[in-house]
Amino acid sequence: MALGPDLALRRTFEPIGTPPAPARTATGAATAAAPLLQVDGVSLDYRTPERVVRATHRVSFDVHTADRFVLLGPSGCGKSTLLKAVAGFIAPVEGEIRLDGRAVSAPGPDRIVVFQEFDQLPPWKTVQQNVMFPLLASGTLGRREAAERALHYLDKVGLAPFAGVHPHQLSGGMKQRVAIARALAMQPRVLLMDEPFAALDALTRRRMQEELLQLWDEVRFTLLFVTHSIEEALVVGSRVALLTPHPGRMRAELNSHGFGLASLGSADFQATAQRIHRLLFEEEGSGA
Amino acid sequence: MSNALNPPVRPEYERPFEPFTAVPVERTLPLATRIWGQGWLRKSVILAVLALLWELAARWQDNDLLLPTFTATAAALADGVATGELAARVRISLSVLLQGYAAGVLIAFALTTLAVSTRLGRDLLDTLTAMFNPLPAIALLPLALLWFGLGRGSLVFVLIHSVLWPLALNTYAGFQGVPETLRMAGRNYGLRGLRYVLQILVPAALPAILSGLKIGWAFAWRTLIAAELVFGASSGQGGLGWYIFQNRNELYTDRVFAGLATVVLIGLAVESLGFATLERLTVRRWGQQR
Repeated sequence: MALGPDLALRRTFEPIGTPPAPARTATGAATAAAPLLQVDGVSLDYRTPERVVRATHRVSFDVHTADRFVLLGPSGCGKSTLLKAVAGFIAPVEGEIRLDGRAVSAPGPDRIVVFQEFDQLPPWKTVQQNVMFPLLASGTLGRREAAERALHYLDKVGLAPFAGVHPHQLSGGMKQRVAIARALAMQPRVLLMDEPFAALDALTRRRMQEELLQLWDEVRFTLLFVTHSIEEALVVGSRVALLTPHPGRMRAELNSHGFGLASLGSADFQATAQRIHRLLFEEEGSGA
Repeated sequence: MSNALNPPVRPEYERPFEPFTAVPVERTLPLATRIWGQGWLRKSVILAVLALLWELAARWQDNDLLLPTFTATAAALADGVATGELAARVRISLSVLLQGYAAGVLIAFALTTLAVSTRLGRDLLDTLTAMFNPLPAIALLPLALLWFGLGRGSLVFVLIHSVLWPLALNTYAGFQGVPETLRMAGRNYGLRGLRYVLQILVPAALPAILSGLKIGWAFAWRTLIAAELVFGASSGQGGLGWYIFQNRNELYTDRVFAGLATVVLIGLAVESLGFATLERLTVRRWGQQR
């Protein structure tokens, strides 16, 4: 029921009508509720044996409950690194990441990641055991409740008939569905997705985007989604953050809650895609 | 003239969707193909052919002292089993073997766990394996005899040495080959320390660990038989190696062959019943190995 104001916002704001004003003001004005996830001036370094490379520099953004927040940028903008920092795999050298007001310091089951690679499912567990694994490992549920919840979420992604099958017998799209079911079954505070559909073929990717949006309509999870596809960002996200490459800095935050798969060819959609395109490529043009 | 550059525009067409009935979608393979598809049958045929070649070679050579026939060896083997002598020898050998093997496996697991958790542990494992892996276990036997006396202790010591290093090397290589995504997935669920090793690293590295266990098993067998050949009787009750040595001294060549055949048979049984079953139930079922 806390979703009421959010839904109202979706209707009243036209994505094209929002001025390209400094993006930071938009989050502050949105709702009185404190943001669920705060990324506050985070700088991340990437270490090679010879040198230290700055991946992102003083990146800040807020994610509210039930947001579908997308990090969009060209390769090398540190968006995946940022996601791993939120997951707790990488510690920031500067700034802080806060979840529910508490600083993130280590990986934990309250932030489940869906990775791009298909080998994220332990091959020695069946599909159902895979979905149960984090529930049992974190001690969230007992064995029987975990089995029931796993079946429930497998049913949601349409894989209940494959519960007893091992991952190597599934196609790429099905493996990603298992990973999504596994993440949702944990009912994490934030669901983190790192280009989850990038390794899929175009048709499967389209269908997975559709299913993800349907799932969001049902469950209303909070999503932080990394992609390099402008189209995917606009379709999947309710808010899109653009990052510049080398190192990643915030370039803009846009609203995209008005777009779905149905609006793919519309004039608004095209205009916003053009605008993002301009924002991403101007960066490279104005190097001097 | 421009026709050659523009492909012709052909009419479109649509066909109604119909259920497929022309041929059955699934067919069973012919019986002979299915029978020949059984691994144990093919291997049995190979064994039978080898036994036949042995029999023919021995008959052609016609000297029982140098090369007894297959049938004579089988008779000696049956005799040894019937009198219970061979069974007693096998029991002695196997009990020592299992003790050394289990201890070696435990120590290897502890060392590799240490190696994946700390950098110093990794350096320790690197250095120790580099030092001791090339050292033949049998070369340590005189030293072991000095330290632990003529008995089971010395044998277990050299067995641990022969199992530990190859298994530790294989296990560690397997741990290092675990995909980064899988590691992150495990840590994502909050797994740490020993639980992380047992629930993520060990199953993910199981193909490498299994091959290490197999190599360790073979090394242990060889070391044990060789050690018993050297001093097996001194411990009062000799194992299979001593049985072979004793019968050679008394020129019972058929019994020597029976002893060797027992070593081979136990090896085959452990391989096909033990390790193969383990592989079928784990890495093959999980699609980690074909």
